[in-house]
Amino acid sequence: MSVRSPNWVPYLQVAPLSLVFLVFLVVPILTIVVVSFFDYDSTRLLPDFVLTNYEELLSSSITWRTYGQTLEFALITWICTLLIGFTVAYFLAFHVRSTAWQTVLFLVCTIPFWTSNIIRMISWIPFLGRNGVLNTALQGAGVIDRPLEFLLFSDFAVVLAYVHLYTLFMVVPIFNSMMRIDRSLIEAAHDAGASGRQILWNVIIPLCKPGIAIGSIFVVTIVMGDFVTVRLMSGGQSASVGLMMINAMSLLQYPAAAANAVVLLILVLMTVALMIRVVDIRREL
Amino acid sequence: MSEKKTAGPGRRTMLKGTAALAGTALGSGAIGGFPTIWGQTTKNITLRQFGTGVSNINEIADKCKADLGITLQMTALDSDAVVQRAVTQPNSYDIADIEYWMVKKVFPANVLQAMDVKKIKYFDKIVPIFTTGKLKPDSVVAQGTAPSTVGFVEGAGSTKFAKGQTGWFTMIPTIYNADTLGIRPDLVGRKIDSWKDMLDPKFKGKTSILNIPSIGIMDAAMICESAGIVKYGDKGNMTKAEIDKTIDFLIKTKKEGQFRAFWKTFDESVNLMASGEVIIQSMWSPAVTAVRSKGVPCIYQPLKEGYRAWGGGLGLAKHLSGDKLAAAYDYINWYMSGWVGAFLNRQGYYSAVLETAKANMSEDEWGYWMEGKPAKGEIKSPKGVVMEKPGAVRDGGSFYDRMGAVSCWNAVMDEDRYMVQKWNSFIAA
Repeated sequence: MSVRSPNWVPYLQVAPLSLVFLVFLVVPILTIVVVSFFDYDSTRLLPDFVLTNYEELLSSSITWRTYGQTLEFALITWICTLLIGFTVAYFLAFHVRSTAWQTVLFLVCTIPFWTSNIIRMISWIPFLGRNGVLNTALQGAGVIDRPLEFLLFSDFAVVLAYVHLYTLFMVVPIFNSMMRIDRSLIEAAHDAGASGRQILWNVIIPLCKPGIAIGSIFVVTIVMGDFVTVRLMSGGQSASVGLMMINAMSLLQYPAAAANAVVLLILVLMTVALMIRVVDIRREL
Repeated sequence: MSEKKTAGPGRRTMLKGTAALAGTALGSGAIGGFPTIWGQTTKNITLRQFGTGVSNINEIADKCKADLGITLQMTALDSDAVVQRAVTQPNSYDIADIEYWMVKKVFPANVLQAMDVKKIKYFDKIVPIFTTGKLKPDSVVAQGTAPSTVGFVEGAGSTKFAKGQTGWFTMIPTIYNADTLGIRPDLVGRKIDSWKDMLDPKFKGKTSILNIPSIGIMDAAMICESAGIVKYGDKGNMTKAEIDKTIDFLIKTKKEGQFRAFWKTFDESVNLMASGEVIIQSMWSPAVTAVRSKGVPCIYQPLKEGYRAWGGGLGLAKHLSGDKLAAAYDYINWYMSGWVGAFLNRQGYYSAVLETAKANMSEDEWGYWMEGKPAKGEIKSPKGVVMEKPGAVRDGGSFYDRMGAVSCWNAVMDEDRYMVQKWNSFIAA
């Protein structure tokens, strides 16, 4: 009996997934690219091939500043979530001894995800406000004599919300990588006379790289595309690329938004490519 | 309650209204065959209506079902989403409850059909702001996208706005108001009487304007003009240079930290004010009421430069025809027959046909809401909640005081695309 199947069978096997990708990913993205070259007036899209959308976008100093601001948010958020996420994962993986407790504490980390993102974000507003919980408490304790204004509707508030919302995206993959580390490696390092710091730096962190990379991709891509957090937490005072797009779309300037989306997509793809260059996720998994 | 009392007459006038309507419909050949009793054509019809939150009210849908048998499916969206939906998904609605500045964008997109004024029973009784543009014969048409300038098109299938009155209405006006600044009288600590008070350094970090370009730019223009920073030919249709000056000024003010936030939704403006984050900001009238109903003092302060007005109405989707179109006309005529008008007036807005609304309100209510008289008894919201105690007087006074002092309307300018780009740069700066 021959086990050889006809040549076309593998193609048939990948067909369903390819089709899904084609319909839900490739076609929409191509549409966006096409629309980004359209012209428009205040109500209509005018099919055409013009470069004005890109010219207007790239020649504006506002665009560059907004991209700079978005990258800044992404960078600060990435650093904060990485530090916190790594510490939490480390604690769960190496300090909590029993598997049962590990599972329980890990689930505790996910509890915030039972409520929506926006609710969790909005709950900061009464806390941080001028007459909010924090300011009232600090004033009551005599630490400050006038309310701290920078707490709400500021870049600080935006980053705070990001870190609060997205740290878990760091914790999960890093924890996952840590749990796969062969404990005998750590023992061996210890026996060879390595200090705790050396073990962390030379053994654990290198072995956690795939987790860190995956977590970073999550956090950076989410932050770069976000618009709700920036708008709510900055009170509309700060801008992000996503917000620029929403503004354009809400005024029916779809081609302008599409051009911006294409530029952002290229930027994010480049960032991800860079991360994958540093860590070969495929090999490490 | 007055609502119960008016149900009877409301229904009777409606019957008369539909009889007249059936006649005109037959005359114009809109309905083929023998005219039937109104209830039968409309009984099982569902009309999908969408619009901003101000007038997409469930009570209206319930009353409509009870009076006409028409089921109204209401969807409330924010202003920008309304324009988007109106233009990009014209088959997803039957009735567009939109504002006049939106009409200027939506109607040329050829998604709505003009209305035959002959089928509109109360056409002659509509407040003249919407037909001639003049509240009183000697009034001047205010700047901006005044409803009368986009109120009529040249013919049945036309999307071109007519200069004067024609037999074809773009929208039936339903609701309108004159907006001004909301203030916290307990926190501002001085008299506020001008739009430029927004710039007082004393209020640094405690002011807000709204981030909806077509409306926000008009607020900004009122501020700039009153402070003598920009002199406009027409605030409602600025030149590129005027837009530049206005936005540059806003950016400078923003950088100096004058603003606390920019709001986009009704709730945001209420929260900003009620929590004391801001003490003077552009606001909508029911938002002021909402702040007050939390027990926080808030005034809708009349200003010497006048008001920035807005108006909304009901437009018919292009695809409506036959029974559905007839039902839509029924609905519109019912809308103007008084019950809804009284409901809107009691919310602090104004209804387009005053006469029928008056018949549905008590004398005291009419005096308080429309004539600027002190309330004799308690003033209740449409939902029956006590809003004002006896003796209260409405901010801004009577209907004619307020609507007569309109300085500009929310606008879509010829340089709209440029303005929006500049507005974005202000928000991004």
